Amino acid sequence: MIKKILIIFAMLGLFIVFLPLITNFEFSQNLSELASKYVRGSVDELNSQNVVTSVIVTYRGLDTLGEVTVLFLATAGIGFLLKKKNKKSKKRVASEILQTASSFLVALIVLLGVYIFTHGHLTPGGGFQGGVIIATAFLLLLLSDVNMKFNHTILQVVESFSGAFYVVIGIIGLVLTVGFLNSKIIPLGEYGTLFSAGTIPIIYSLIGLKVGSELTNILDTMRGE
Amino acid sequence: MISVTIIIVLGIIMIVAGIVALHLKNLLAAIITAGAISLLASVIYLILGSPDVAMTEASIGSGLTTIIFLYALNRVRKENKDD
Repeated sequence: MIKKILIIFAMLGLFIVFLPLITNFEFSQNLSELASKYVRGSVDELNSQNVVTSVIVTYRGLDTLGEVTVLFLATAGIGFLLKKKNKKSKKRVASEILQTASSFLVALIVLLGVYIFTHGHLTPGGGFQGGVIIATAFLLLLLSDVNMKFNHTILQVVESFSGAFYVVIGIIGLVLTVGFLNSKIIPLGEYGTLFSAGTIPIIYSLIGLKVGSELTNILDTMRGE
Repeated sequence: MISVTIIIVLGIIMIVAGIVALHLKNLLAAIITAGAISLLASVIYLILGSPDVAMTEASIGSGLTTIIFLYALNRVRKENKDD
């Protein structure tokens, strides 16, 4: 009884704390100074259509590198803590519908993922979303075939190559231009085309490959044997 | 105005689904409810005009997290059976 009253009091307290967010809320018509600098700089300096992408990859590139590192550590932790069991357990064979549909859909889903991360600077989406979509394609493979085994060497090579190359691009930016992960180290190209916005598409493709291989690894480890 | 109404309705459904997910005895149903909350959140992000976040929320929140939770539930059940 006392527990419930305390919970209600805690919720009321939270409500009072967050009430000003609702009552004092005003739509701001003008962007703040920093935001307008980013929006203009994305088009004028970086030649990127998607402002969100240019903020994530270039202006806040170091944060993205940190995020990718966090995901890598999470994958390493899951792989370390969850050991595979070699015990034979009876496996249910997937239904005919799932098998047929997955053999048809996997290639299309991978293609969608690649499209999303290569067009990150033109349309919504980017490396993380594309990587997750690729991982769901491999999940479909795992679900449809219970005896499916992934080649972990390839996954590791893809994952470490893309991670290392991401850092190398950042360091090249530090040497050639003014800043770490500066995307202006290669020609910016024509605004609105696939090969534009400097290194943004390259970095997002690397992030997509890295996230895709890491999440596939997580799914494969979680599935167990 | 319509979008505000939709957002409020979706928000109420999300809160109700969250409470339901806490009180469900069936863990499988609770996991699926939690995934549905993420799906509704991604619709709200889309209405608010941030398709990038909506894509992340839909793919990671409702897709991958649900699957990982299901695998974790499966492992926990198996280990309980073995003991």
